[in-house]
Amino acid sequence: MDRKVLICGGTGCTSSGSMKIADKLEEVIKSKGIADHVKVVRTGCFGLCALGPIMIVYPEGTFYSMMSEDHIEKIVEEHLVNDRIVEEYVYEETKTPDGIIAYNQTNFYKKQHRVALRNCGVIDPENIDDYISKDGYKALEKVVTEMTPEDVIKVISDSGLRGRGGGGFPTGRKWQMARTIVPVADQKYVCCNADEGDPGAFMDRSVLEGDPHAIIEAMAIAGYAIGATKGFVYVRAEYPIAVHRLQVAIEQARERGFLRKKLFGSDFEFDLDVRLGAGAFVCGEETALITSIEGNRGEPKPRPPFPAEKGIFGKPTVNNNVETYANVPQIILKGAEWFASMGTEKSKGTKVFALGGKIHNTGLVEIPMGTTLREIVFEIGGGIPNGKKFKAAQTGGPSGGCIPSEHLDVPIDYDNLIAIGSMMGSGGLIVMDEDNCMVDVAKFFMEFTVDESCGKCTPCRIGTKRLHEMLTKITKGEATMEDLDKMEKLCYYVKNNSLCGLGQTAPNPILSTLRYFKDEYIAHIKDKKCPAGVCKDLLSYKIVADKCKGCTKCARNCPVNAITGKVKEAHVIDQAKCIKCGACMSNCNFGAIVKE
Amino acid sequence: MSSTQKVKVAFNGTAEQEKALRSMIREHKGQAGSLMPILQKAQEIYGYLPIEVQSIISEETGIPMEKVYGVSTFYAQFSLYPKGKYRISVCLGTACYVKGSGDVFNKLKEMLGIEEGQCTPDGKFSLDACRCIGACGLAPVMTVNDDVYGKLTNDQLKGILDKYAD
Repeated sequence: MDRKVLICGGTGCTSSGSMKIADKLEEVIKSKGIADHVKVVRTGCFGLCALGPIMIVYPEGTFYSMMSEDHIEKIVEEHLVNDRIVEEYVYEETKTPDGIIAYNQTNFYKKQHRVALRNCGVIDPENIDDYISKDGYKALEKVVTEMTPEDVIKVISDSGLRGRGGGGFPTGRKWQMARTIVPVADQKYVCCNADEGDPGAFMDRSVLEGDPHAIIEAMAIAGYAIGATKGFVYVRAEYPIAVHRLQVAIEQARERGFLRKKLFGSDFEFDLDVRLGAGAFVCGEETALITSIEGNRGEPKPRPPFPAEKGIFGKPTVNNNVETYANVPQIILKGAEWFASMGTEKSKGTKVFALGGKIHNTGLVEIPMGTTLREIVFEIGGGIPNGKKFKAAQTGGPSGGCIPSEHLDVPIDYDNLIAIGSMMGSGGLIVMDEDNCMVDVAKFFMEFTVDESCGKCTPCRIGTKRLHEMLTKITKGEATMEDLDKMEKLCYYVKNNSLCGLGQTAPNPILSTLRYFKDEYIAHIKDKKCPAGVCKDLLSYKIVADKCKGCTKCARNCPVNAITGKVKEAHVIDQAKCIKCGACMSNCNFGAIVKE
Repeated sequence: MSSTQKVKVAFNGTAEQEKALRSMIREHKGQAGSLMPILQKAQEIYGYLPIEVQSIISEETGIPMEKVYGVSTFYAQFSLYPKGKYRISVCLGTACYVKGSGDVFNKLKEMLGIEEGQCTPDGKFSLDACRCIGACGLAPVMTVNDDVYGKLTNDQLKGILDKYAD
């Protein structure tokens, strides 16, 4: 094979037709008679989802973005047959005065350091040989044939790996607990939390789609370390491609003898089962997840007992997140020192972030811990579109908080994020610009929590509902400053008294926006204004008489006939009738309508 | 996500569906924690989980009816009501929301004349909100059955619905 063409088969690119493009590509390659020289690989996610569908041609590393079936004929003829890169279809950032550069030289990729995502967008996830060729299952072999369970736990502990699902609990200590708290158990379990419910985070999905064998291998290693023979992967049903690839990978691993009995000629046995979630955010909390695997309503339980003592079906269980597992085989192969050499003092290694919202390069990035938010948003992420101003980045989803521009230079790690009132969470990073209202954002998250609260404990069930009502009152301009104080007090009450992580963190979006954007709350309450122009009840549309040409277009488009005026004379909006739909503003050709 | 729909739709499961359901349950019976997989497969067979189907599950597995009902009503993916021929789902996850999916959702409600969780009277479209399908790079996003539509604007909605005219 002289050439390899990689096409992204992650959810983002597949949604915009990448699999049809791959089929067409193979067809054209065949028709040109070069099938023996070019290999087409359908990979997992490349990360730069904003520009999908994406295709990379090797050996040059040419990055073709926003592909369509119509581009294929030309790319095959020019690039694959005649070795001439088709400049018009390549990613804009790869065009330099010195010619077309490889994709990994661009701003989006060059600051990244891929450990958990190392195989995503590189190998064919449905082909176990691709994984094996990247040292796949070597870590498991090393563990089973050369190491004791204590050795394995020591390496993981020494590496400093902490849980990537949000809590940041040291993984080695968790394994140690599961190994020793109950010394003799007839059954122990290894569990993988792939119930990635934080809206806007999709790194776990991408790892499962792009490198499912890494998770299988890591779970078997965990099984060996704690003395478990069975594992469960609990994955969201909303991720059909990930589920499919995981199931294919488990079958392949079983066929090759990497699962089930007598692994690598030893007496160690381990097998895996996939369980699908059914759309309940609370199941990302580990005790709720365990209750759900057992076939119940996914309600959390008080801890202790911790899962390490009493987990699935009452047996000792170790439960880690997908991204955490994805690091494990590399740590075993390259050693604890290698991993601990990356990151900050208390947060080792790398972290994957899902960039979303008002940012150019939406997608997945993996960076060493300690990278600043500024580097992520402005260098890797390419900044804010349409020349707008950065307002805040939201991390940690509905449990996290907003980071304002004054903290753009804080090195990101577990402890620093908590110190500035947010949290790492699973790694969703949503960028907001000046057009986003922070009160509205807090209300959005609270609505989410009200929906997803399981209802078991009162502080969360009723408290989040009341908080949501208070926020609604503020966005309608009906609240007083006294309400604001009451709301803050209730936030702490819900935080301190809820049963599980969902309720304990639910008020965070309010508290962090209160901390950094209190003036916006006050503007809603005292001035009855929404500075960002989002909260409809506080907005009014007005026609600037000087600019209005009297073309009547707005009046004709108003759904409630709230606009009156004579032809060629300035029009007027009747505020009593106006429903604030914005139809007039989007239809005005003269910019004569303003919202304030 | 709660369903506000109160329309009573007559159950018209076929003998074939019931046969498939019962044999599926027997395959899973006795496995620890099998209720969720059974409910998921039952919903694949019928498209939803009416009370009639839940009682067959209870009868075959010996799991009390209140537990079957309790689990069915806990999870957002289980529906006690039939869905439309075309199931529209608008992502209201954070990345989509900050890019305006709330407007798209409201516009669809207005165009279809239904609320979240409901189905049009002709049984053609049902409308739901979902929390992130992971296609955040394409925000705002909606799905119609298995088709994904990204980078949406309100002007595109009519054209998309028209594709499902049959």
